[in-house]
Amino acid sequence: MSDIADRGYANPEVLVSTDWVAAHLDDPAVRIVESNEDPLLYAFGHIPGAVEVDWTRDLNHPLRRDYLEREGFEQLMRRIAVTPETTVVFYGDKNNWWATYAYWVFQLFGHDQAKIMDGGRLKWEQEGRPMRSAVPKHVYTEYRAPERDDARIRVFRDAVLAHVNANLPLVDVRSPEEFSGERLHMAAYPNEGALRGGHIPGAVNVPWARAVNTEDGTFKPADALRAIYQDEVGLRPDDDVIAYCRIGERSSHTWFVLTYLLGFRSVRNYDGSWTEWGNLVNVPIKK
Amino acid sequence: MAEYPDKLARILRLIGRTQDRQERIQLLIDFSRRYCPVRPDVASPPYAEQFKVPACESQAYVFPEPNDDGTLTFHFAVENPQGISAMALAAILGDALSGTPLEQVAAVSPDVVYEIFGRELSMGKSMGLTGMVTLMAGFARSRLAQED
Repeated sequence: MSDIADRGYANPEVLVSTDWVAAHLDDPAVRIVESNEDPLLYAFGHIPGAVEVDWTRDLNHPLRRDYLEREGFEQLMRRIAVTPETTVVFYGDKNNWWATYAYWVFQLFGHDQAKIMDGGRLKWEQEGRPMRSAVPKHVYTEYRAPERDDARIRVFRDAVLAHVNANLPLVDVRSPEEFSGERLHMAAYPNEGALRGGHIPGAVNVPWARAVNTEDGTFKPADALRAIYQDEVGLRPDDDVIAYCRIGERSSHTWFVLTYLLGFRSVRNYDGSWTEWGNLVNVPIKK
Repeated sequence: MAEYPDKLARILRLIGRTQDRQERIQLLIDFSRRYCPVRPDVASPPYAEQFKVPACESQAYVFPEPNDDGTLTFHFAVENPQGISAMALAAILGDALSGTPLEQVAAVSPDVVYEIFGRELSMGKSMGLTGMVTLMAGFARSRLAQED
């Protein structure tokens, strides 16, 4: 894969290479954060010095279906030894799916000193780079966070309905089977926690993983991404776009791609996603 | 806790005695290290679809091998080297359910996944891991049906 700077991204600075991370393992201004789907992977082995942010325990509200609030975020940042000035570099399994989810949650609190390690855990392992199983001991920090800002990059169901009624674009990043509604009826698969199948009217379907090179987990270059998101399905950089999936994790990956790599003006993640929309009474659904 | 075959119940008790999440994770990692890929004389790639665990993103396969006493020995292939949870579950279920009476294997609830890993699993991970249990139980039911 070419150098990140040569791939034509709108904001190439949000990505760092495995070489960059390897050169900053002992940099006190950098905190490397692993976020995975598989709960065993971090303890099995991680980049030396990396801390874990677990999507269920660390990012979710302990009771409601929501994200942690300011106090919880401050507590998390102290535990992983991050200050407002620390550059946080996320990486993880599944082509950085959960890493971009954590990145998105961090942006709700405005921690914009944040980057994604291109290729994630897969590329680091493929390159035979060092891994450690011992959990690093970092000194607790002080961190004062602003209140969570849901307005900029997050959207709730009423606003989604208004968006649909205004014929504005959405991108459904689930699989084609989920998009079509077929998945709810497939034998041998448990249902997805929604009473109805299909998609939100007006949504185009671009499965999230199309943005990555499967052989090493790196992001595709900007021209390849434009071919998918703009030429193929007709999204435009000045559109107001809503991305969704099942609970908002896969769509955070697409949010990252559209916002930072392609420079879209306004992309919001609907984390209620299909588990909310597919259970709502009297909202429009298309199959 | 639901009723499980003796050996599986013993493993669940061992996991249940862990004091915290970290200890449980370490124990499960120890199990994952016991995972042995299927022997080539039992199955070799490309593996047939009928052995593929449905919805498992770690590309896991289960291969039942009939024993003389009518039970099954279960072998596994986990193609994704990052599929540590799938490897741990394969090691646990392979050890606990191979040679177990088929009626008991067929009755194992997919909920055993949550007793092993806890409830903090993503939907995708849950689907894959419970799919492994469901497939094994299905092989046991098919074998029982052949005997009838």
